[in-house]
Amino acid sequence: MSASVRLQVNGQPVDVPDGATVAAAVAHWTLHFRTSVSGEARAPLCGMGVCFECRVRIDGVAHQRACMTPARDGMQVDSHD
Amino acid sequence: MTERYDVLVVGAGPAGLAAAGTAAAHGARVGLLDAQPRAGGQVWRHDVRKNAPRAAREAIAALHGVTLLAQHSVIASEDGALRVEIPQGSTLLTYGALVLATGARELLLPFPGWTLPGVSGAGGLQALTKQGWPVAGKRVVVAGSGPLLLAAAATLRAHGAKLVGIHEQASAESVHAFARQLLHWPARATQAALLRAKLAGVPYRFGSVVRQAHGEDALRLVEIDGAHGTSLVDCDLLAVGYGLVPNVELAQLLGCALDHGHPHPHVQVDELLRTSVPAILAAGEACGIGGLAVARIEGAIAGHMAAGHQDDARALLPERDRARRFGALLARHFAPGARVHALATPQTLICRCEDVPLGALDGYADARDAKLATRCGMGACQGRICGTALAELGRFPRGAGRPPLFPARLATLAGLALSSSDASRSST
Repeated sequence: MSASVRLQVNGQPVDVPDGATVAAAVAHWTLHFRTSVSGEARAPLCGMGVCFECRVRIDGVAHQRACMTPARDGMQVDSHD
Repeated sequence: MTERYDVLVVGAGPAGLAAAGTAAAHGARVGLLDAQPRAGGQVWRHDVRKNAPRAAREAIAALHGVTLLAQHSVIASEDGALRVEIPQGSTLLTYGALVLATGARELLLPFPGWTLPGVSGAGGLQALTKQGWPVAGKRVVVAGSGPLLLAAAATLRAHGAKLVGIHEQASAESVHAFARQLLHWPARATQAALLRAKLAGVPYRFGSVVRQAHGEDALRLVEIDGAHGTSLVDCDLLAVGYGLVPNVELAQLLGCALDHGHPHPHVQVDELLRTSVPAILAAGEACGIGGLAVARIEGAIAGHMAAGHQDDARALLPERDRARRFGALLARHFAPGARVHALATPQTLICRCEDVPLGALDGYADARDAKLATRCGMGACQGRICGTALAELGRFPRGAGRPPLFPARLATLAGLALSSSDASRSST
């Protein structure tokens, strides 16, 4: 349970515990996950994959729900596309 | 690719785990799928800081002969099979019997400032925190309604958050009446006492509502309307949720009748949890909010039924009926009041996907008209947030969903189109 994984969020390294989500990793650097259609910064609301406010780009794939995605070593995550 | 199961269970929370374990114990070949990476559902969600509760570990350990299909998200239904998206692509699952244990989501209601980063659901922040969201040292206000607020607050505190206060919208009279009823539910009373002990020193206010969240790019402070007037409270995070609503989207897609007798529909089932569609059962929160005990018993009932053991299912009914009465008690004492329904102003965004303010919906009498004219409910969440909120506010019921159940990759949708055109060819 003490193991951790290292990933990159907007080019910055972040370590999170094994079992943590990409959402947790992003939150270490920023609460600006996505930009809404009218230009507002948004962050996760529901935490369970329903609201889609936590969408980020993971390893080049856009619109991934950060709260549903386990953090893995070497992942490249980009928020506020 | 097509996989076949005697019994397929959708949702690996307490109800689904019980259903899968029970059906497998009768010798059925069982698949248990969940969109999340781990079993446990919401209430038993994995916590990176500590071991799962014993009941959860036991339920997961008891899954002999069950194939756990994690990160499987149901997208559509195709002639008695489910089209499921997985990280590697998509798959088609067929079944002899299907158990819908799709659980519940949080009731999230609009108020000025609710779109600011730093504002989340109460169960929402609890879920995020369990999976590593950094809350240590953060000042958190917990608000909304129901016992979930205490459970969320306890998790937050265990992860190092500084709890500024817990604000329950229900009146002191209502909460105290509920507490008196707890005497009839010793296990629940013990659980509540343990939670209160974990939250020693944290103010717990009744008749208290967060009216507004303030901040530029992120939350800075909240305005609270309490029993003694209005106050401004500095905080880093606000966790606010108004209870739970059943997830009925898959049931609806499969043609199962819903009970619309509430602001939020639930799956209609008979005494033995059969839906209106043959070979499809439903259990737990999807059939109406009842809590953990209901979910576990109904899961077992559905598991017996799915495996064809009606007598075993029937033997559990008295226990189920008693557990269901607790759910009714919760609904009665914690239902959001008129003050909560009046929080959103015409400028408050109601549809967070398409940024549609509440005022833009004036004059529309149903979800479809509103959607066509304003795009409200047309975004990625497919109206799960705004449609549910509008139903709660008494505007109009949520519109019927359509496939895909969740936004899906093009390849998944192509698989869907391919197999349905195959089906239409073979039927002509």
